[in-house]
Amino acid sequence: MNIKRRDFLKVVAGSSLLLASGDVAFARTAKKLPPSAVGILYDATVCIGCKACQNACKQYNEMPAEHTAPEQIWDDPVDLSGKTLNIIKAYKNGTGATKDAEINGYSFVKRHCMHCIDPSCVSACPVTALDKKSDNGVVTYNKNACIGCRYCQIACPYNIPRFEWDDPFPQIRKCQLCDHRYKEGKFSACCEFCPTGASIFGKVIDLLAEAKKRLTLKPGDYYHYPVAHVTSRETSYRPVSIYLNHVYGEKEGGGTQYLLLSGVPFAKLGLPVLSEDSAANRSETLQHTLYYGLIAPITFLGGLMYAVYRNTRKEHEDKGDKL
Amino acid sequence: MRIDQESIEHDNIAGLSRRDFVKFCSTLAVGMGLPVGMGAQIAEAVTVQKRPPVLWLSAQECTGCTETLLRTSHPTLEKLILELISLEYHETLLVGAGRQAEDWREKSMKENKGKYILVVDGSIPTKDNGIYCKIGGKTALALLGEMAADAAAVIAIGSCASWGGVPSADPNPTGATPAHEVLKSRGIKTPVVNIPGCPPNPYNFLSTVLYFVTFKKLPELDDQSRPKFAYGRLIHENCERRPHFDAGRFAIQFGDEGHRKGYCLYKLGCKGPETFANCPIQLFNDVGSGAWPVGTGHPCFGCSEKGVGFTLPLHSPARPKYVTPPSIFPGIEAHKSGGASIAAAAVVAGLAGAALGAGAVTVKKLGEKEEGRKGTEE
Amino acid sequence: MTAEQKPIGGKIVTKTFLICLFFVVIAGILLVKRFIYGIGAVSNMSDGYPWGIWIAYDVVVGTAFACGGYAVAMLVYVFNKGEYHPLVRPALLASVFGYTLAGVSIFFDIGRYWQAYNLIVPKYSQLNSVMFEVALCVSTYIIVLWIEFMPSFFDWLNKPQLLRTLHKVLFAFIAFGVLLPTMHQSSLGLLVYIAGEKISPLWQTPFLPLLFLITAITMGYSVVIFESVTSSLAFKRDMEIPLLAKLSGFIPPMLGVYLAVRFWDLVGRNSLGLAFTGTLQGNLFLIENILYLIPTIALLSPIKRTNPRWLFISAVSMLLAGGIYRFNTFLVGFDPGPGWHYFPSFSELMITFGMIAIEIMGYTILVKKLPVLPDIKHA
Repeated sequence: MNIKRRDFLKVVAGSSLLLASGDVAFARTAKKLPPSAVGILYDATVCIGCKACQNACKQYNEMPAEHTAPEQIWDDPVDLSGKTLNIIKAYKNGTGATKDAEINGYSFVKRHCMHCIDPSCVSACPVTALDKKSDNGVVTYNKNACIGCRYCQIACPYNIPRFEWDDPFPQIRKCQLCDHRYKEGKFSACCEFCPTGASIFGKVIDLLAEAKKRLTLKPGDYYHYPVAHVTSRETSYRPVSIYLNHVYGEKEGGGTQYLLLSGVPFAKLGLPVLSEDSAANRSETLQHTLYYGLIAPITFLGGLMYAVYRNTRKEHEDKGDKL
Repeated sequence: MRIDQESIEHDNIAGLSRRDFVKFCSTLAVGMGLPVGMGAQIAEAVTVQKRPPVLWLSAQECTGCTETLLRTSHPTLEKLILELISLEYHETLLVGAGRQAEDWREKSMKENKGKYILVVDGSIPTKDNGIYCKIGGKTALALLGEMAADAAAVIAIGSCASWGGVPSADPNPTGATPAHEVLKSRGIKTPVVNIPGCPPNPYNFLSTVLYFVTFKKLPELDDQSRPKFAYGRLIHENCERRPHFDAGRFAIQFGDEGHRKGYCLYKLGCKGPETFANCPIQLFNDVGSGAWPVGTGHPCFGCSEKGVGFTLPLHSPARPKYVTPPSIFPGIEAHKSGGASIAAAAVVAGLAGAALGAGAVTVKKLGEKEEGRKGTEE
Repeated sequence: MTAEQKPIGGKIVTKTFLICLFFVVIAGILLVKRFIYGIGAVSNMSDGYPWGIWIAYDVVVGTAFACGGYAVAMLVYVFNKGEYHPLVRPALLASVFGYTLAGVSIFFDIGRYWQAYNLIVPKYSQLNSVMFEVALCVSTYIIVLWIEFMPSFFDWLNKPQLLRTLHKVLFAFIAFGVLLPTMHQSSLGLLVYIAGEKISPLWQTPFLPLLFLITAITMGYSVVIFESVTSSLAFKRDMEIPLLAKLSGFIPPMLGVYLAVRFWDLVGRNSLGLAFTGTLQGNLFLIENILYLIPTIALLSPIKRTNPRWLFISAVSMLLAGGIYRFNTFLVGFDPGPGWHYFPSFSELMITFGMIAIEIMGYTILVKKLPVLPDIKHA
């Protein structure tokens, strides 16, 4: 018996060695921004809270109205939901007198999918229902694959994927950056219909450059804010507000394709403080360490088979056929 | 014809100076969403050609549609019927009467076969072969059939002619039927335009007539054959009280503070959110702003909309056709209660209690058993 | 054949049975509602708390409670401790029920259950997903468990030929029966690792897989002790005290390792202070770890190990500690942000109770009819 046990321990030790070395060998590298990644830049200081984007989003994604007030007459979602992919929320402090001020001020924020560069939901989804397009980086959803396990909801640091709780045949709903409109030469409806240029569509590199440029502007100076698209010639000429020196989404959780600028700290606008390493990267690194190429489990299984076979055979001899 | 400066200065058309007349036509053109330059074209159409013959058939109606036409001021009715169109037959406005009038109708129909415009006002009773409405011994049903067959176009004016209106209200004793349905059931292919309303805005009617005369075709129609220029949008979309709706400010009863301040009348049963008409922009009676039902403080009751006016209770809330966001913002935090309900908390507490009790009992029993075992061992 | 195990016999329909039946019927009615009106109609889960007690209890805690079969099989067949053999069948039976019902309750919980087979459709399988691994391992293990349990059926049906055939290949299934829980019990911990900052630092750690695995095994032993003690009381049988005493001896060293890793990690990440903030999270962390300490300390004493009372208290503390640890990791320590709240709804609880009731009913029926419990000669 002792010998067998030693054999077994040898196998275990062997697999542990594999595991220990795994940290270096099987670490997964963080994902990079796809070459022609598209996204949205939202500038809360330019947003007037008209909700044209919210309306356009409903219309072009054919989403139903959502009633929360007793009157049942408005499409008045209070949060993202299975019926609402895009929402304007408002931060208010004290008297709420000054726009984009943290104290005694207010600010709007537009919430929808961040289209992470290394999305947790895609890493989490067991059936590839959530997937990141390799060309433009849009995180898409495929209801034909989805099993409704809602692991994407657990994984998403922004709580973006929403589930149709009151439907016997539910789906996950989330912004897909109006991916279906690109082939018509159109782009995200929320940007196309934004009257002020608060939301602009474009390539992520252009958007990031535009965001960085805005941070260098002097408050009070006038600036031509492009409207609808970052390359648009239509602009809104307006004074620059005081920005927080931070482009949200540049680094958060490994970076996102939805970037935000604001005068109010992002945490106050409901955007979480995240590390620069994506949770997907951390989780997959750990998992790959344990399971890379199934080397460890298969070795372990071999050891187990050997040990069990030897032990049960001995038992058969000792006690007859009884298990 | 080219309209030269001279004639513009001196000719008088419909009692208006030439310039005023072109201006009037331009106003109509703009009302229909046509370019301003179209005004001249309309003016040309109505002056150069023979005045378009119009026959007006009244069935089950209240003469409100005629009354509304009498209230126009640019042009006035007499200018309209004497100078702009040739009103061949109209039971209320006829000079002649009886046999004479009916003869003239038949003569005109023969002479203008395929060219005249037939205006129908009132619904057509179809029950018992249409005997509930007769003119000169003929039922309205038969008259509509024979007059519509030879018309260039049929304009159904008013809600009765467009979709049944008041006479068709439940239980509809006369089998009141709109003109287009009668034509359809008889296989008459003449195009129909519906100008619903009770009464409709006369300028919507005039604009349609002039459009037809000018372009020899009907204006663009929606799926209920209503001209889109007049019925393309909900009353709610052009209402001057809309900001109050979006902000959630309502009059709750007639005469309350909200009502006096001109707040939204939705809660008083305004049917603007489900009624398509241009009332808030076209207004009535040419007396300036506010001259339409909602402007005077009364909720729209959806007179022009099938299934709304004369169908829904006056003060029942409307069912908004297009739902849009209000100007109220949700806060940053999530809004999900999901807290413990009393029942759930009670169940959990009960379970915890039961488990604790069961555990205690088990421990006690085990103790007894242990004692017993020790006892026997000793 | 030596009759090492035999059916205990007795009436099937007892008072306990009827109470359980009552809960099962209520759960059944509520499940009809869930399948007609959607999950929201019966549960308090939300987009912030997409997993409620159906996952936290029925699956995560439930399968850990069902680790008896795994833990004992590992002892008997891998470490060749043949003396624990009488405990194998009862432990396996509890595991079969625990895992099968966890598998069934997953179908109540997932929204698009009719597409569940997509997991094994190659174009959809997503190998990087922890959920994929857990789902595959758990479902395979359910099959393996039923095969491992087959000898009891064959005994009952009196089919020695089938039994012999099965024995020729059973070693492979037993090996799988140890590998699969090792994989998925650790991966259950890994599941929430991707939730990153949404899990409180008191529970979020890369050691989640190790901590989940150790506690799954100690919970497995505790379940065996718990079941042995309670069934001896319920069915008025003698206890296998010497065996249980030896078995319980494995718990303190394993928990010692567990607690060492747990606190070394917490101190290393500077997060231990959160435990003393007086919040719900902090307090539950303290309760969880005090409950861990009870079996760790009590079972160190060889005298207490032979005392059924202490065995029972330790086993229950261990099960509670492991259960609360899992609840804390999946629900209490999970904070999707301000404004979100979760407490299971009445209907949600009743469905879970129904599942527990089925488990109790099934267990009592099978031990009465099949040769599962060891045949103990009265002392």
